Formats: sequence, structure tokens, C-alpha cells
Amino acid sequence: MTTVRPRIAPSTTVAVVLGAGVPIVFFAVFFLWPVGAMVVRGFGDGIALDVLTRPRTVRLIGLTLGQAALAAIITTVLGVPIAHVLYRLRFRGRRFLRALIIVPFVLPTVVVGVAFRTLLREGGLLGFLHLDGTFAAIMLALVFFNIAVVVRTVGGAWENLDPRQEEAARVLGASPARVMLTVTLPRLAPAIIAASSVVFLFCSTAFGVVLVLGGTRFGTIETEIYLLTTQFLDLRAASVLSVMQLVVVVALLLLAARARGRRTPQRRVDAANAVHAPRLGDAPAIAVTLLVAVFLALPIISLVLRSLQTADGWGLGNYIALGGTGSRNALVVPVWVALGNSLQVAVQATLIAVVIGLAASLVISRRPRSLGLRRALAGFDGALMLPLGVSAVTVGFGFLITLNQPPFDLRSSPVLVPIAQALVALPLVVRTILPVLTGIDGRLRESAAVLGSPPWRVLRDVDLAIVARPVLAASGFAFAVALGEFGATSFLSRPDRPTLPVVIFRLIGLPGGDNFGMALAASVVLAAVTVGIIALVERLRVGTMGAF
Amino acid sequence: MIALSAESVTVSFDGTRAVDDVTIDVTAGEVLSILGPSGSGKSTLLRAIAGLERLDAGRVSWHGDDITALPVHRRGFALMFQDGQLFPHRTVAQNIAYPLRIAGIADQHARVGGLLDLVGLAGFGDRRVTELSGGEQQRVALARSLAAKPRLLLLDEPLSALDRELRERLAGDLRRILVETGTTAVFVTHDQDEAFAVSDRVAVMIAGRVVQSGTPADVWRRPATAQIARFLGYTTVLDPHAARRVDPGAPGAVALRAAAVVVTDGGPVTATVVRSTPAVDGARVRLVVPGIGELDGVAGAGIPLAAGDVVTVRFDAAGIARLGATAEMEVPV
Repeated sequence: MTTVRPRIAPSTTVAVVLGAGVPIVFFAVFFLWPVGAMVVRGFGDGIALDVLTRPRTVRLIGLTLGQAALAAIITTVLGVPIAHVLYRLRFRGRRFLRALIIVPFVLPTVVVGVAFRTLLREGGLLGFLHLDGTFAAIMLALVFFNIAVVVRTVGGAWENLDPRQEEAARVLGASPARVMLTVTLPRLAPAIIAASSVVFLFCSTAFGVVLVLGGTRFGTIETEIYLLTTQFLDLRAASVLSVMQLVVVVALLLLAARARGRRTPQRRVDAANAVHAPRLGDAPAIAVTLLVAVFLALPIISLVLRSLQTADGWGLGNYIALGGTGSRNALVVPVWVALGNSLQVAVQATLIAVVIGLAASLVISRRPRSLGLRRALAGFDGALMLPLGVSAVTVGFGFLITLNQPPFDLRSSPVLVPIAQALVALPLVVRTILPVLTGIDGRLRESAAVLGSPPWRVLRDVDLAIVARPVLAASGFAFAVALGEFGATSFLSRPDRPTLPVVIFRLIGLPGGDNFGMALAASVVLAAVTVGIIALVERLRVGTMGAF
Repeated sequence: MIALSAESVTVSFDGTRAVDDVTIDVTAGEVLSILGPSGSGKSTLLRAIAGLERLDAGRVSWHGDDITALPVHRRGFALMFQDGQLFPHRTVAQNIAYPLRIAGIADQHARVGGLLDLVGLAGFGDRRVTELSGGEQQRVALARSLAAKPRLLLLDEPLSALDRELRERLAGDLRRILVETGTTAVFVTHDQDEAFAVSDRVAVMIAGRVVQSGTPADVWRRPATAQIARFLGYTTVLDPHAARRVDPGAPGAVALRAAAVVVTDGGPVTATVVRSTPAVDGARVRLVVPGIGELDGVAGAGIPLAAGDVVTVRFDAAGIARLGATAEMEVPV
């Protein structure tokens, strides 16, 4: 009797090592190491307790968690009815609305902050509510941002839910409300929990919006880290807060991963059965959807209107001013140059994020026979989600304290900004591509292999062919996110090469003259570019985009 | 001439032996069915032959050359799955042409057309595979499998996802196509009718082992053990003593199908009806026969039966199988 013979060719091993190695090394050097260095710095001596017990810290922690929890609850309560309307009702334009709902999510945080200020300040469309600078304003902006996460995640799950279980409950005598409570919602629970925990995560690390809207009274741990670092130069205290944030985020991600569970590849059901024409019972959900639609449109309308107002009345003056450097020489370069910088950096970030994200997704989507390897892959999958929750500020700050010495003396290198932006976009790329890859039946690959395809060809003809559209969508998604990235970029961009969000923030910080008007015009330009990209990407109809 | 030879093949999953020391041979041009209940390891054996599972022991050879270590894609085999596994992003023609392109075969267009004719789907080339019915998908999968003239065609329950009528028609088509193309094939199924319709020879696999092999008729007429007989649809197994009352010449135990026990007027044996269930062509009955025990049987349409009725029966040799070894049979260890 012969013994075991390995069938795996050496070239395959090399491919696997490269495929797994490149993402792991990238992730280790540019994420784990900087963030790890923050941990060490934070707990180097006994100041951790001191920082954590400061009344200001305690208040901010409470504020951060409370604010994130409240925002997550409101977003979920509003998002689930909208998911029902957009994914379970048949009406004209629902595809268009599904596409539109993702726009707020990809709008740059700084733009959203500015838009809400134009909406809420004295003289704005909602100025009579006197919400400018209040907690409610921050809350509105957070909900605005994250509603897409709930709608797309829950909607995606809802669309694939087999309607026959609901029909069975109806036949057994359950009223529609009872079916919703006892059958539909429990089956959607994993998606709802996953979505709301991701929203909680995003809100608890919200930076740009809170910085722009919160003023001095409201903040999060994240804005505090920023202030401690840039205003008070208290790096140790900043590290302590970063670490604490990291701990909370990891705990939350573990919970979210558990709730998400090992979701088996989505079973296709006949979607035509699941979707029905609007009925009287859908009225409340439709009402919620219409209200939220108005709410989502208002800040954008307000922003565009206000950007067209100049000191001499309506006109394009603010846009024309973008060719200059602002009043009191607020800027080093004209805004158009900053837009050029942004586009260039975002292209680089997109390339990095997509290459790394695709390689990581291909590796994670494998199901090795060894249990240990399977666990390692699950761990890697979880780790790649970390940048979602770890503050971009922490990443930017970590770069500054680790990548300033050999072998990675990159402190003044222009590659740092795209790398940091790529890290922020990486989890979104993986979440878009990975579900499609894991949904591929392993026997499809086996069919190709048996028909004579060597491993590289199976990869090309099956995996890459099927994932091509999602990769394209993920590229656009990553590009939009990189374009609007503010947290890490604000730390890392060099003064002579600012990106557009950095310039906008700078213009708001130095009001007077044309500066605020320019900030508005620049925000409209940035938003228009972002929406344009997302509109292109949405034409690919990749359902996993923006779902968690 | 022996084409495929699998010797002492063992495949384990997490310590459980899915395929346990199995040896089978397939001669060139032959269609071998591996017939077994679900979970018997028959699909794993097929995957091991294809090169998709790593062997824990044993070897696979092709015309005497050891191919155990040869990667899947160099074996020149083809494997057809239960649900086709067509490439969803390619058209029907592109799916069929796939192995032709890998092999760099010229004149692919004509070949694809010929294969579509062969499987009865002429003119379907430009369709999307997602638009096809289950039966059409399986026909395309068969065409794709045959396209590059594989040295060996492996079929993993290719018909079992289809409805009954389509399955019977496709089984006939499959046999015709395999014979016409002279393809050597291994066909895995849990359905004995399918196995007998398609194959030249049958290997019965139970709990990871091949327990009997032979021509379909041999296996049918002489199941080696009571377990095999029950799997083949024999409802009752009688011990040698009772067996002689049914089949006086029987050297040992026999297995009976319901059709072997016929309720009829003036039959040689008396029995009592336990219950009677209507069937399309009469009734299925459960009987107690003194000295033998409970048996399943059939009754004609004209005789109304109720529990407790005393009737007479005759035994029909066509439904009786003597258990035990035949010349070609491999006795399980």
C-alpha cells in the first residue's frame, strides 16, 4: 500500500504564499504595527489610569458611546422600513432609489458637516429650529450618513429571504403584523444586528462630522485624540484614548461577527415571488421612506443653494474663487490644485486597496481542509475589518510615530497618504468582493480543473471572471471613500500637497471674506465628483456594495 | 484491456473513512456504475479518481501508469456534477468550447455545433445558461464534458436533480451518447434503475466499501448479502430454512420483492392478510404465511381484500433472488 502523495504543485504553493503574504505583510506593517505602537506608548507607564479618570475623558467616553448607541438605534428603526420599501415593494424607480440611498454614505464627512451647518444655521432652510451646534445636529448628521448601511445590509438579506415561510405563517392564521414580528424580523435579525453594530462602530469613531458640527461643546474620543495630538501635543494621553477605543472596537467587532455568524452562501429564491405591489399595510413604511428621503435631500439642496449665494447676491462667485487661495491667504495652493491632488492620491489608494483587498478576499474565500487553517482565515477576515472601527486618526497618528525610522522612514514620503486611505477603504473592498467569492460553488472550480484548467487558469476563468464586476464596483467605492477621507489624511498630508477635504476644513476654520463661500463651493465640487463615481458604479448593480 | 484502475483507495475526512480500501477496474469503452445509498462514499471515490481528493492510501492508475500524484487538470478526464456547474458568465457555446480552448483545438465552432446536435440542443449556442431548464443545463454539461474527448468521463449523479420522466428519458440518451462516442465512464448513482439503464457493469458501494460488482443482471439476480438485497429494493430476506419453502432449490437465503408473492385463487400456500393498500394495478398486501413469517405481496385488481382474510398465494421466480457468491463477485472481508 502506498502512502499519502501530495498533489499540490510547487507553483501553487508559491501563489498561495504570495496571495496570503502580500496582504498580511501590508496589513501588519501599515496597520498592526502603527496601532500596536500606540498601545505600547499608551501603557508605557502609569499615566493610563490618570488619563482615563480625568473628568473630561469620562464625559467624552460617555458622550461617544451614548451618541453612537442613540444614532445606531435611530438609524436602524428608520432603515428597516426603508429596506422593506426598496427591496420588497414593486414600483417604478426603486432601483434608482436603492442607488441614491448610498450617496450620503460616500459623501465626504467634511462635506456633510458643512452641508448640515448651512442647513441649520441662522438663515438656513431649517434655521428656525435653532439646532446649530447642538447634540441633535450631530445626531441628524450621523443618521444621514449611516442610513445606507442599514438599508443595504437589511435590504440585501430581505431580498433573498424565502417568502414561503411567511406565506406558511399567513396560511396558519397569523396577521401581517404578527408575521412581521414572529417570522420576518427574527429571520432578519442577524442582518439587522450586523448593520446596527457597524453603524454603532462608524458613529463611535465619527470624526469629520463631529469636528465640524460639534464645536467645542461636543466631541468624541476621536476628536479628543485629534485635539490632544495637534493642539495640546499630549501624545501620551492621545495614545491612551486610542487604545481604549481599539479595545471597545475589537469587542464590538467580535460581537458583530458572532451575530453575522457563518452565513452560508445566499440561496437564490425567486425574487418575483417575494416582491409585491404596495398595499395599504405598507403605508407606514412608505411614509417613513418619504420623510427620510426629504431629510436626506435637504442638506444637499441647502448646500448647493448656499454655495450659489455670494456677497453680491446669486452667482457663481464662490466657484470662480476656487481658482485662488482664499481671503487672508488661507490656502497654500488653489482649490483646483487640491482637487487634482485628491484625485491623484485617491487613484493610488484605490489601486492599493483593490489589489490588497482582492488578494486577501481570494485567500479568505478558500475552505482548507485543516481546521486550524480555517480558523486562521476567519481570524484574518476579522482583522481586516478592524480599520472600519479603529479611528483613522489613530492610524494616521500611528504612522507618524512608527514610520519615521528605518526600515520604513516614510514620514515625509508622499506614499503615506494613499496608504492610509487604502487602509480605510480596504474593509469596504473586502466586504464587497468576499461575499461574491464565497458564494461561488467550489465544484465550479473543480469542473474547470477537471476540464483541464491549471490552477492559475481556474483562478482567472472562474474566480476573477465572476468577481470582475464586484471588483470594478469596489474600485469605484474605494475611490469615492479615499477621495473624501479626512481623519488620517488630515494628519499625514503635507502642507504643500493638501487634498480637497483638508482644504475645505481649513477654509471653514478661517471664516471671513470669501472663505466660507469657497468651502461650500468646494464641498459641492467634491460631492459632485463622488456622486458621479457612485452613479457609474451603481450601474454595475453589485448588491454587496455597502452591505455588511 | 483495463483502462482505469483504483487500488486499495482510502480517503478519510477528520478521521472517518469515507472510502475504505476500495479497488475497482474499468476496461476501455466500458461504463461502470457505482451504486450506493447516500453517504456510502461513492461520490468521494469519484472525486478521488478525478484527483479532487487526496488519497490517504492506495493508488489510481491509467493504462498501468500511476497517476495518483498527477494534478487534476493534467488527467484528461471530465467530471459532470449533479447540477451541471456551468459557468454562469458564459453562454452555452462558450461553456462547451471551454475545454476546447484549453486544449487549443482548432475549428471549435463546428465541434460545438456537433456536440449541441449530439445532446439534442441544436441552435442553443447563444443562449445564456441561466435561461435553461434543469434538463437542458445537464445536456449542456454533458456536451461540455465530452467536448475535449476525455479519456474518462466521471458522472456524479448527473440525473438525480431532474424529475422522473425527464430522468428516464435522459438516462436512455446518456447510454446512447456514451456508446456512440465510445466513452469510458464511471457513473455514480443511488438509483438502481438508472444504473441498470446506463451501465455495462455495476459496483455496489455501502459504508465506504465496494461490496459487490458484476453485470447489472448478475447483481440484480444474485445480491451478495441481505443488506445489498434490501438496498436493491428487495423487501424481505428469508433465512435458508424459510427460503426452501419459497424456492425449493435454494442453497441458502433468498430475497423477495413484493412482486414475487402473488395472491391468487388456488395457489399452493395459504396466508392471512394483515393489511391491504390500494395501488394503481391492484393492491399491495402484507401477509402472514405460516412457517415463513410476514411477507409483502401483490394482489390483482379484482379481489377485494381486508385484514384477516385468508387467501392462497403463489411465488413468482422472477421476483426471487438467491443470496450468495457468483463467479465474478468480490466477497466483502
